[in-house]
Amino acid sequence: MEAAIPVIETRDLSRVYDLDSGRVTALDRVSLAIEPGELVAVMGPSGSGKSTFMNLIGCLDRPTGGHCRIDGVAVETLDGDGLAAIRNRKLGFVFQQFNLLPRVDACDNVALPMVYAGIDGRTRRMRALAALARVGLAERAHHRPVQLSGGQQQRVAIARALVNAPRLLLADEPTGALDSRTALEILGLFQELNRDGVTVVLVTHDAEVARHARRVIRFRDGRLLSDTRQEAADARAALAALDKPAPAPATAGVAA
Amino acid sequence: MSLLEAVRSALSAIGANALRSALTMLGIIIGVAAVIAMVAIGSGARERVTSQIKSLGANLAIIQSGNVTQGGVRLGAGASSTLTDEDSRAILKEVEDVVAAAPVIVTRAQAIFAGSNWSTQITATDLDFFTAREWSIGEGRLFEPEELRRGEIVAVIGQTVARNLFGDTDPIDQQFRIRNVPFKVIGVMAPKGQSALGQDQDDVIFVPLDTGRRRIVGRNYARDASVQTIMVKFASEEAINPGIEQIRALLRQRHRLGDEQDDDFAVRNLTEIANTATQAATTLSWLLAAVAGVSLLVGGIGIMNIMLVSVTERTREIGLRLAVGARQRDILAQFLIEATTLATIGGAVGIALGVAAALSIASIAGWPSVVSVDTILIAVGVSGMIGVFFGFYPARQAARLDPIEALRRE
Repeated sequence: MEAAIPVIETRDLSRVYDLDSGRVTALDRVSLAIEPGELVAVMGPSGSGKSTFMNLIGCLDRPTGGHCRIDGVAVETLDGDGLAAIRNRKLGFVFQQFNLLPRVDACDNVALPMVYAGIDGRTRRMRALAALARVGLAERAHHRPVQLSGGQQQRVAIARALVNAPRLLLADEPTGALDSRTALEILGLFQELNRDGVTVVLVTHDAEVARHARRVIRFRDGRLLSDTRQEAADARAALAALDKPAPAPATAGVAA
Repeated sequence: MSLLEAVRSALSAIGANALRSALTMLGIIIGVAAVIAMVAIGSGARERVTSQIKSLGANLAIIQSGNVTQGGVRLGAGASSTLTDEDSRAILKEVEDVVAAAPVIVTRAQAIFAGSNWSTQITATDLDFFTAREWSIGEGRLFEPEELRRGEIVAVIGQTVARNLFGDTDPIDQQFRIRNVPFKVIGVMAPKGQSALGQDQDDVIFVPLDTGRRRIVGRNYARDASVQTIMVKFASEEAINPGIEQIRALLRQRHRLGDEQDDDFAVRNLTEIANTATQAATTLSWLLAAVAGVSLLVGGIGIMNIMLVSVTERTREIGLRLAVGARQRDILAQFLIEATTLATIGGAVGIALGVAAALSIASIAGWPSVVSVDTILIAVGVSGMIGVFFGFYPARQAARLDPIEALRRE
């Protein structure tokens, strides 16, 4: 197989804010590449630049220096509509607070990105139901967000992120609002999707979450601190261990 | 997203805050209803004035005798009978563009028929009067020239007199008395309705000029063939003012007035008076429409206000939509459609209320109801435009949100 185009490729990517109190360099010349099929955790304390990095590769913000290619497209050349199209077709977002529309059911929530892709209503419904089935919520398609648990809401959000078959799933603290058991379920889902070929970037400050990635990128003070590969913890196995009535060790997820 | 889907989603957003949306719409409802009702009232009033003017007859001038000075006391118009039949004939013959000139003597008298009596206006005139007033006969016939010349004791009566004096009896060929003179009814005029001053124009009895002069009014007029007024009809509106000047010159000459003497008659341009009345009615309807327009404006501002609140409340939703690929114009369109839907629903309800109000006011005031399709279309258009206009600023605020900021907002 010839070398695939990296999903993300940055060179000297920088973001400087001009504030009243002076210039703040939120991201300082970061160069890295994320290949298709990777499961990457982006780590760092708050103010480290990881959120800025995520906003830039998520096409929610524009760099003030350097280059960023998403699936081979140089985003710094795109206008607002161009960035919107990249977000729509090549990226799928998962947020800490789920961000589901409260007035409509799970199916319509999942279908939302397809609305902006100009897909007709029938196809939208079909594909939304398929995406919900993929995250294990087929029978909850017509529940509203308030009728779903936190974990189920996050699954709906993941289905929404997947529905346009993006090149990259970008999750910002996806387990931050969930209890540890539900968090494991969600991480297990990410791992499963990754095994099926979806490239996933998890942005987190939580080392426990990062353990489930095969590659960990750390930021500090706007700079790339480290980029390491590791053996990922298996969330499914950890869950199975939790469910076992036997006196298992309290530190869940060590089973590998 | 198709427009239909966009409207459906706007409706669901509007329905999510039903009470708030209803209150917001109330502004537009009141505004649109006020515009429709006020415009209907204004044009109803104008229509009434116009129909009254039409009933008067177009391009008319009235010459009143009098305005004489006796020993330094100016007696005003009608104080003395200075006009004559001859003046009337001379005007018809010598002044340009005069279509008809009718000498008129008016008095009030009691008419008696069998067991009933009725006080009414007696108008003694000739056939030119009916030409000038554009008034046609309803039943029977008008005077024959021979009857006019010989001063025969015949009468043509108005609808009100026919009803009040004769009741169910067919008045044609009946005899009735005015001041003990037995008149024969030869015709009943077509109905004419109210005059611009609110007078019932059908409450009248017409008699030949000479008959009236000799049999009803009395000696004064009989002696010198004088008349009270001469009604003149011109061929066109433009001919009136030059015609009036010619009449003035002609009458001064005929009455042998010196340069230093005042006119012993007065000429009034009725069309001018009518036009002034129409203008006043038009001004009134504009005024009403403007007041109603202000309330529509206030309704629009209400929509803008609520849309701004809505944008603030739904900042996260906007952020999410941007994150999943909505372009700025998608967000702009979403909120514009929402504002327009709000305004249009309000407009529709307002139209229903406004039409109902206009119809009931018209029926109470006895006016022609003039709720035109135009007004309704304009009201729909205007309320839609209000949605777009007052929705634009909030929608643009929404579209310009920074997705990162918007997603972070609680």
